[in-house]
Amino acid sequence: MSVPVSIPGTISDPRHAPGSPVYKTVAVVGPPNAGKTTLFNRLTGLRQKVGNFPGVTVEHHTGSFRLDTGDEVSLIDLPGVYSLNPKSEDEKVTIDVLNGIMPGAERPDAIILVLDSNNLNRHLILAGRVIALGLPTLVLLNMADELHKQGGQVDVLPLARQLGTPVALVSAVTGEGLSAVANFLVATPQAPEPLELPIFGDPRHCREWAVRMGSHAAYRRGATPEWTRRLDSIFLHKLWGGVIFAVVIVAVFQTIFSLGQPASDLLQRLLDNVAVHLANALPAGLINSLVVNGIWKGAGSVLVFLPQILLLFLVIGILEDSGYLARAAVISDKVMAKVGLNGKSFIPLLSAYGCAVPAIMATRTIENKRDRIATILIAPFMTCSARLPVYTMVIAAFIPDRPVLGPVVGTRAVAMLSLYVLGFAMAVVTAKALKSSVLRSKDVAFIMELPPYRWPMWKSLGLRLMDRANAFIFRAGTVILGVSILLWALTYLPMHNGQPPQIADSAISKIGHFIEPAIRPLGFNWKIGVGLLSSFAAREVIIATMGTLHGVDPESHAMALQQALKSDLTPAGAIALLVFFAFAMQCMSTMAVVRRETNSWKWPILQFLYMTGVAYVAAFVAYRVTLLYWN
Amino acid sequence: MVFNFMKHRATNPGHSLSDLAVGESGILEDFDMPQSIAEHLMNLGFVPGLEILVARTGPGGNPRVYRVDGTEVALRRDLSRCISVRPLSDAEAEAR
Repeated sequence: MSVPVSIPGTISDPRHAPGSPVYKTVAVVGPPNAGKTTLFNRLTGLRQKVGNFPGVTVEHHTGSFRLDTGDEVSLIDLPGVYSLNPKSEDEKVTIDVLNGIMPGAERPDAIILVLDSNNLNRHLILAGRVIALGLPTLVLLNMADELHKQGGQVDVLPLARQLGTPVALVSAVTGEGLSAVANFLVATPQAPEPLELPIFGDPRHCREWAVRMGSHAAYRRGATPEWTRRLDSIFLHKLWGGVIFAVVIVAVFQTIFSLGQPASDLLQRLLDNVAVHLANALPAGLINSLVVNGIWKGAGSVLVFLPQILLLFLVIGILEDSGYLARAAVISDKVMAKVGLNGKSFIPLLSAYGCAVPAIMATRTIENKRDRIATILIAPFMTCSARLPVYTMVIAAFIPDRPVLGPVVGTRAVAMLSLYVLGFAMAVVTAKALKSSVLRSKDVAFIMELPPYRWPMWKSLGLRLMDRANAFIFRAGTVILGVSILLWALTYLPMHNGQPPQIADSAISKIGHFIEPAIRPLGFNWKIGVGLLSSFAAREVIIATMGTLHGVDPESHAMALQQALKSDLTPAGAIALLVFFAFAMQCMSTMAVVRRETNSWKWPILQFLYMTGVAYVAAFVAYRVTLLYWN
Repeated sequence: MVFNFMKHRATNPGHSLSDLAVGESGILEDFDMPQSIAEHLMNLGFVPGLEILVARTGPGGNPRVYRVDGTEVALRRDLSRCISVRPLSDAEAEAR
């Protein structure tokens, strides 16, 4: 094994205690698919957080890297860039951060540049541009394990001499060579002094420069892994490609229901047991009611869906990291073209089945602005995980479980599937309408890079799941908890002689009865009305609300929520409620992210009015039609 | 700017990327498309003078997957029609 790092002319600096870092803030830069995020996760572990730069829609992670001495260096993980062209938003942000003029980001005093050692002829072009900025730079040639396995090679010493910066051959996956990072951070700062400056402008010259740099390092690229080609000959096969695609999509949802449901049930039993103990442990009265009915039955009824939501993100994460989603984009392109979109919209739309918020952020990969807005506008029609608790609850309460297709597929499964299809169909209709009118575009270029297939990294998947779990628990702990407590308080007001009112005389009942005329045509009573009002904060809040409303109502206090719901809704009203939830825009987080991503209130407001209008009309029709057939 | 790929053809019929069959290769020459799209392609390795191979077609025949500079990239037919290529010279074919 050769020496993994070379630092030209490095001497220890007497002004610094040995081993203490000389940089405070270091930016991690690199092209997409170079393993930048894996490296960042490896260096920072759990000491990281996600943020957005103010005013722009570019997300970045910051984290801290701990040296052996215990000193910490702050790392900024910037979005993947191919070059430093100020015309592209992501690349402009990278340039601004590196120049220290991005508000909200500390000026970095060094750069770690991560390149894929299997693609140096392309990636060294970026090295030229980054080194030309003049900041002390460490160049990491990543994925050394793949390079060696595929018979490639590169000598870092001559390359370091040519580029005038330290260069190390590393693998973020295996950890090979990563001591170079700590060595770089404690060494004397040195601005790069390349032997030969790159020429910018003409891409042919840039590439020639990069190839020349590579040849100084005796660079030989490894062969493209044969199994990537073999897998593509199956996954992109004319016939089997489509079949496998369909099987994968079905398997995704099957996994969530067959594994997620039992996990949710288990958590439900656990929370119920805790509620019983809490109710016994606390003295009877106001506090007991607040904790058990307000908080536990409210926020807790939402928390039980955490396993299903995490499972969905896990499965999508595995598909993404393995490289299959890029192929899925290619396969779906032809179908997406029929509604005026392209295959790049497929990935955000699939993740919208988890949550519209990350899905809308994922639309950034769509270069065409009109296509991007159309995708943002239809994404909330996809059945997100917040609808799942509502669907599950209402279906279990009202739809009898009878076999339809053999013993496996029952009426409830069919009902659930129909709701998924309903949302999807409305998305298709909306996309078609938008793309043939206000968002018509002609210059749609579908350009999709197909990375080699890789095994997903459990650690980086785990970190992303932690992110999602935190976001969900945070929401359950803030918005949903807040709404639960507020509702509980409204059921306790106005007090008469220190006694809470009958539920029918409470403030919440007044509010519910006030809006009842608007929702009676849909078959909803005032309790469902209050639930609907609260669900505009977030869809799943309706369950917390119903939990609280029935928790304080002596008539339904002892009943399971499913049983209690039957006093609020007829079967026709239940169908109308399901249809309403399939279409309505009830999510503050989505509205906020649409506002940020489109940079105007116009789109989120139009989207809200459109979706909620469609939901109202469709729920009315569903109610009327169901009444004819099912009383 | 509105640019319609559907109606657009590269200047020399018979010399565009879309005219190559699966398994055939050519040398990239020119891009007849908006600058921003051409630049994106060049970042992905579509540099004039490099050899490009039609690696495979997806289900349904469109998009197709091209291999250039060690990377595989999928493009729709309408875009590949706007990329002109020349056939490999005998020496270049020999070198492969």
